[in-house]
Amino acid sequence: MERDRLRRPREPARLRPARLRQPRPVGSEGGAVSAGHSPRTGAGRAPDVFERGGWVTMREYGDDEPVDFAIVGAGAGGATLACKLAEAGFSVVVLEAGPFWRPLEDFASDEEAQQQLYWLDERLSGGADALALGGNNSGWGVGGSTVHFSMISLRFRPDWFQSRSRLGYGVDWPITYEELAPYYDEAERALAVSGPVRYPWGPPRRRYPYREHEMNAAGLVLARGAENMGIPWASVPLATVSAPRGKSPPCVYRGFCNFGCATNAKQSALIVWIPRALAAGAEVRDLAMAGRIELGQDGRAQGIHYRRGDQWRFQRARNVVVSGYAIETPRLLLNSACNRFPHGLANGSGLVGTHLTTHAGPGMWARFDEEIRWYKGPPNMAVCEHWNYTDTGKDFHGGYAFMSQGPLPRAWAQLLVTEKNLWGAALRREMRDYNHMAGLVAVAETEPRACNRVELADVRDRHGLPVAHVTFAYSDNDRRMQDHARRFMGAMLEAAGGHDVWTSDDTSHILGTCRMGSDRATSVVNADGRSWDVPNLWICDGSLFPTAGGVNPSLTIQALACRMGARIRTLAARGEL
Amino acid sequence: MNEDHPTPPRFPGYDVLAKWDSPSFDDVTRDVLAHRLDVVPPRRWLTADEWELLDAINARLLPQPERANPIPITPWIDAMLFDDRGEGYRHPDMPPLRDAWRQGLAAVDDEARRVHDLPFARLDTAAQDAVLQLLADGRAASPRWQGLDARRFFIHHLLKTAAGFYYAHPAAWNEIGFGGPASPRGYVRLGFDSRDPWEAKEAR
Repeated sequence: MERDRLRRPREPARLRPARLRQPRPVGSEGGAVSAGHSPRTGAGRAPDVFERGGWVTMREYGDDEPVDFAIVGAGAGGATLACKLAEAGFSVVVLEAGPFWRPLEDFASDEEAQQQLYWLDERLSGGADALALGGNNSGWGVGGSTVHFSMISLRFRPDWFQSRSRLGYGVDWPITYEELAPYYDEAERALAVSGPVRYPWGPPRRRYPYREHEMNAAGLVLARGAENMGIPWASVPLATVSAPRGKSPPCVYRGFCNFGCATNAKQSALIVWIPRALAAGAEVRDLAMAGRIELGQDGRAQGIHYRRGDQWRFQRARNVVVSGYAIETPRLLLNSACNRFPHGLANGSGLVGTHLTTHAGPGMWARFDEEIRWYKGPPNMAVCEHWNYTDTGKDFHGGYAFMSQGPLPRAWAQLLVTEKNLWGAALRREMRDYNHMAGLVAVAETEPRACNRVELADVRDRHGLPVAHVTFAYSDNDRRMQDHARRFMGAMLEAAGGHDVWTSDDTSHILGTCRMGSDRATSVVNADGRSWDVPNLWICDGSLFPTAGGVNPSLTIQALACRMGARIRTLAARGEL
Repeated sequence: MNEDHPTPPRFPGYDVLAKWDSPSFDDVTRDVLAHRLDVVPPRRWLTADEWELLDAINARLLPQPERANPIPITPWIDAMLFDDRGEGYRHPDMPPLRDAWRQGLAAVDDEARRVHDLPFARLDTAAQDAVLQLLADGRAASPRWQGLDARRFFIHHLLKTAAGFYYAHPAAWNEIGFGGPASPRGYVRLGFDSRDPWEAKEAR
């Protein structure tokens, strides 16, 4: 009887019920689903992410003790900068809205349960091409979205940093590739990126720290299609280790990368930068929601009002860094409006929240005669950056990369539902082809435009704070790029032997709402991430990006954070903080 | 309805739960799945009528005529609403999560009454499908949809949520040949037509 198979897993009955009948109380240590509900850091310790139930010692500061840097957010930007500043000898407190995860105890091999890794507090998202938020582009917890990112670690094309001057579109960054290159090196070493011996695109570079991973069949589809079309391809440089490294075992190709790595092979901010930051004396306060940055009479930030437990508290700080990613960062600045900045803190330019860019993610999907079983291995193992580095034959500005895919069943079913509107028996029939499907999805740059933005809604969250209202629409150029990507990826799938090609829409990373620049009238912060308006207020995350580039942003965010750490150290030595 | 019956099993005899005591399942995953299998939540948020209506809808969104004991969907949606647990955003044209569900369910029922003079749950399956297709096609006509986009409610709330819960169940993994949880053992054979011994075998 199927019923018996459904209800009674083949295992000794005495094992499971004992665990089941005594559910762990909410907020207790170790419970997978309940992990998010009570702070784990404090009393001089923080979780040891490498050991079940383990702890590491943690320095702590009083709320009234002005720390050198109070950082809001412990993701790719905040965790990296916390590490660099703590290692440089600064006193650092990191306030993180989400929990301090324990990968070995909190990360089930289960899509549904692991929705806990996303920022699921309500936001409004509208506009002609409203963005899907949540699982697509947000993280909740120490490590931020690097806990569930797909580990793609690509560098920007050098020309993109001066895209207006060199390529005729977008806007120039205030720094060059050459200035950032040493920090790309540093980030790749810190993450022990596993990559190919020779990467076909970009300037000459040293070898990746770890050898590339064995390619899965989903990636081999891209490889076969590219070779049949005479286009280069590469294995994706991935921040998951291909051999042991410290306390990280090598990747076992479990395939749940986007739902939290339970083996610690993934080199997330949670297991790379945070342990280093703690060891260097930084304090991390989990489940601490920042509500407002306080500005003093002298025009300098005094510290941060934040809520932990049921209490609103105030952390004094000599410098405040906002690293909440491209929605929460502008939201916090807008929610910190004061007499001097009635339209939002550090918003003299009026640009806070504007020029939001995303990566459009048009997908092409096809059925193959062979079994692909794309659930095995990291979800994106092969990449083609041809249209990031080729400027001829385009009817659009900007670029896109595309990668092989590996959606797990829940995600795949939801894609069939929202994109093909399949339901009923037709949905179940289509799902039966799961093991024969392969696909390519682009990471396509969108244009920075003032009309795409983050504002405050009338709705308030559970902390009483106005929530973000995101508005987004594609430009004509954005649409032409996606049409091009669909045609090219579709041709590649057919060249690889795919049948019944169809397409889907999506978006991913969100960038650019507090852009860096060389001119205070056209940017929110300078090249160091320092606010033009408030000299001791800094931003360190994807909000900084003036343009989105056609690759995943996490490596660039971490490289920028490494550079900011070095710059702050230099400025401090000169007495210029 | 005959067309609801699936084709013969593609992965005959495959049972992902046979790996329960193997190195493919770790304790945290066993806890999560045991909960999903054995602790199906009771009705707490929907009214009895709403529950019956949603159950009838789910039976059409994911028909399971071959199962004496279908994969439960309605209880998990009720739990989601009880916890007020959304997916992190909503369209400005849509009400908050719970309001959207309450209003949307009432509107689906009203749609059925307008066409057939019967509540949705009492229609035959063909008539139920026809009502749902009205929503999918953007042809909904009930005034109860006021302030709520019927097609978006159907696709984004009803269908996406139901599909999410259905394909989060091990029985659904069996029918599509998904390898399932794979920690700490992981996978070894990654190439075309490659299968580890603990993966499903396709009938060819």
